[in-house]
Amino acid sequence: MCEPRAARRSAAGPPLTGFVCVLLLVCVSVASASLDTAEDPHHPTNSTGLKKAFPVLALNYDYVRKPFEIALWILLALLMKLGFHIIPRVSNVVPESCLLIGVGLLVGGIIRAIREEAPVLNTELFFLYLLPPIILDAGYFLPIRAFTENMGTILVFAVVGTLWNAFFIGGMIFGVCQIEGAQLAGVDLLSCLLFGTIVSAVDPVAVLAVFEEIHINELLYILVFGESLLNDAVTVVLYHLFEEFSHAGTVTVADAFLGIACFFVVSLGGIMVGAIYGLLGAFTSRFTSHTRVIEPLFVFLYSYMAYLSAEVFHLSGIMSLIACGVTMRPYVEANVSHKSYTTIKYFMKMWSSVSETLIFIFLGVSTVAGPHAWNWTFVILTVVLCLVSRVLGVIGLTYIINKFRIVKLTKKDQFIMAYGGLRGAIAFSLGFLLTDDNEMKSMFLTAIITVIFFTVIVQGMTIRPLVELLAVKRKNESKGSINEEIHTQFLDHLLTGIEDVCGHYGHHHWKDKLNRFNKTYVKRWLIAGERSTEPQLISFYNKMEMKQAMMLVESGSAARPPTHASSVSMQNIQPRESARGRAIPSISKSREQEIRKVLRGHLQNTRQRLRSYSRHDLLVDPFEDHVSEVRFRKQRVEMERRMSHYLTVPANRQETPAVRKVCFEPEHRVYTYDDGESPRGRAAQPRPGPADGVSLVSESPPGLGARGPDQEQEVQEEKEEQEEQDQLKLSRCLSDPGPNHNKEEEE
Amino acid sequence: MEALHYLCTHKIVTIDSSSLFSVSFEQIGILHNRFKQLSHNEETLLRENFSKIPDLECNPIRSQIIEAFFDRRNFRQNGEGTVEEIGFEEFLVTMSHFRPPTLNMSEHQREGVRRDKLRFLFNMHDTDNDGTITLEEYRHVVEELLSLSEAMEKDTAKSIADAAMLEVASISMGHMEPDEFYEGITFEHFLKLLNGFEIESRMYVRFLNMDTTTLCK
Repeated sequence: MCEPRAARRSAAGPPLTGFVCVLLLVCVSVASASLDTAEDPHHPTNSTGLKKAFPVLALNYDYVRKPFEIALWILLALLMKLGFHIIPRVSNVVPESCLLIGVGLLVGGIIRAIREEAPVLNTELFFLYLLPPIILDAGYFLPIRAFTENMGTILVFAVVGTLWNAFFIGGMIFGVCQIEGAQLAGVDLLSCLLFGTIVSAVDPVAVLAVFEEIHINELLYILVFGESLLNDAVTVVLYHLFEEFSHAGTVTVADAFLGIACFFVVSLGGIMVGAIYGLLGAFTSRFTSHTRVIEPLFVFLYSYMAYLSAEVFHLSGIMSLIACGVTMRPYVEANVSHKSYTTIKYFMKMWSSVSETLIFIFLGVSTVAGPHAWNWTFVILTVVLCLVSRVLGVIGLTYIINKFRIVKLTKKDQFIMAYGGLRGAIAFSLGFLLTDDNEMKSMFLTAIITVIFFTVIVQGMTIRPLVELLAVKRKNESKGSINEEIHTQFLDHLLTGIEDVCGHYGHHHWKDKLNRFNKTYVKRWLIAGERSTEPQLISFYNKMEMKQAMMLVESGSAARPPTHASSVSMQNIQPRESARGRAIPSISKSREQEIRKVLRGHLQNTRQRLRSYSRHDLLVDPFEDHVSEVRFRKQRVEMERRMSHYLTVPANRQETPAVRKVCFEPEHRVYTYDDGESPRGRAAQPRPGPADGVSLVSESPPGLGARGPDQEQEVQEEKEEQEEQDQLKLSRCLSDPGPNHNKEEEE
Repeated sequence: MEALHYLCTHKIVTIDSSSLFSVSFEQIGILHNRFKQLSHNEETLLRENFSKIPDLECNPIRSQIIEAFFDRRNFRQNGEGTVEEIGFEEFLVTMSHFRPPTLNMSEHQREGVRRDKLRFLFNMHDTDNDGTITLEEYRHVVEELLSLSEAMEKDTAKSIADAAMLEVASISMGHMEPDEFYEGITFEHFLKLLNGFEIESRMYVRFLNMDTTTLCK
């Protein structure tokens, strides 16, 4: 019944919201403009001695002006983003980046129309605040395996490809400018080369924005995206080189050699800085077990510091950020609690999403605002040359690279790589960074913006239908499979062994050596506690079980059975000969504790929710109590049944005795609720009422296989002993430091 | 070329150049040198020769790798059981399972390569050669994989193997009644399981640029 109303509301929502936003923005800008002039007259009048009435309501916009405007911009950006996803037809055809640029253009137009000063995407804002979150997000979640396997290809494309692009575009433009006539003769070679550098680099933000939506296969994604990340070093070096020398006038051979040396310093230096901060971050996270709340901050701060430190020395900030994220990640994830891990993940995604949105909107606004000098020849030439050089570069390099690759790049792959070379905001910011005495600046900026628009809009919009037309392989969205993990590891060891038999020190051999070094030395230093010796297979398995437990918990609360395609359960695979039922295999005790704590904790919450009304109420209604008890037990039984079905962690252990009594109690008796989450307490159980009660059905969850009662008893006893020991080493994932749960935070 | 001479004298005609598993003559030569190095210039290789390779000691699944070389099912002659010693021909045939994929393969050929490589893996797991990988055998695989890490609890390996088996059963059988029993992973189920694994592009060793003067006693 609520559905049609909601639909109607959402259909009217986005345009309305957009209109309201724009209106707000306009009002604010107008108000701020008028306030600027209105402020001054007030001061003189105050000193004339005339006593004003005490202002009950005053307006002081200036005080909050800056944060207010920033917040309003961000809000506008996010509301737009929201709007686009509610209208399904549009977002299927047009990629989000185009829509955002469109909005930016619109807003820029409005601001210009009311003759206000629009915020421009200036270099400082972009490079220091908007770019790092996106790069960090990309670097932290970079698929390492694919990246290292294709590292050679990626480097060749990033370095050689960008150099080729820069020189080709710069050279050709210079050549054409010379031919053209007096119009463009003022453009000298160095300026052209500088321009070529700026416009040649593939932009990670644009690539991410577009490729994210088309779900292309991992190889192509990592090739294009890796290239866009690693070409930063080349771009930085070339940019500074040409900028320096465009003032000096000429470039000698010595300078060229210095440039090459500079390239190595910039890239390797950046990586080193990043790696150092990454290791520092990992080391710090080893000790955060008592202050879980600030764990995510360490990740963000160390990464940001890595970026800024690299920028101080003109090293490649992007590479530093990537190196930091990649280095930090395995150790931090092993140390950090589950909730912190989720926090890190979501904050990173959130920040990068906001940044990306803002970048595109500002790009649109700056386009309207910026100084432009349109020159048909120059602009068209730039666009055409960008395309041509990219295609030639990709084809040429692939021909060479395929001689060395095992899995060769096909023509389809080459096409997508050439087509996916998008330019974006980095080019714009670098152009903005050009010093003003470069008289070609406005012309360059116009050309850069045109190229950006062309690649993002035209190529961005058409890449999806092209991908479908060419039937390019898409990403296979498979969830983690324990079998694939087992076989990945098995294959790694097998291939290493075969290489050893052949006597060939290849790829696998060195990877194996690195892994062993990592395990014996590095992990001991950087990972806290017993996790440092945990093999990868086991951590993978634990993660999976945890995920399934979480899924169970969530689905349990919705009171819907999880949609599983099969109903195969543990008993189908256990050989029938073991008549004793399952002997109790388990994952490590503390892990199992974690999982069962999660489930119990959830049930606890449910129970507390059910009971919270009656807890503070001295008048206990026994019937209501009874009903909720039954519901609780039913839920618990259901949960444990499902747990034993879908997890390999057996659930057939009883912590609470099966008997439970309900009775008609006198009204003044309060149910004291033993907070079972205390380290030394048993599982939560209410103190039973007086003995003259009607006993409820003693429900015991169905066990797997037949178990004798005495077995169950001894199991239970042994279980309880262990529980007491194990309660002391607490689960990481549940050390949730709320104000009342401080006792839980032990390690 | 000694390798060719060796082949001719021993009348090895199994290297069919049209087969996708063919190894070039250059690579045969390199492998032959390695064979002689391992066998100390004998005609055949024994298990001890493999055990002496120092790098192999750190490998958790070394015994299975060594066994794979002596397993007749890998000799492409539809044999069964194990042998005690192998000649160069068998060595070569086993190695040919790790040939890199060629560029232009039709779908059918690609499928053939996949089946071949997955068959090799399957044979490594199915030690008693009954055509299925039972729960016990799978447990053994997982235990071997984890055998080099210290402080491993035996039960962990069992649970992992159980979870894996559960997954296979779910993928292959879909729905099972509570009293049905899943016998083991057959080759077809194994194929289905590792469908997305792209084994044809992952299971290869580069034979080029081989330096045979490596550490080997």
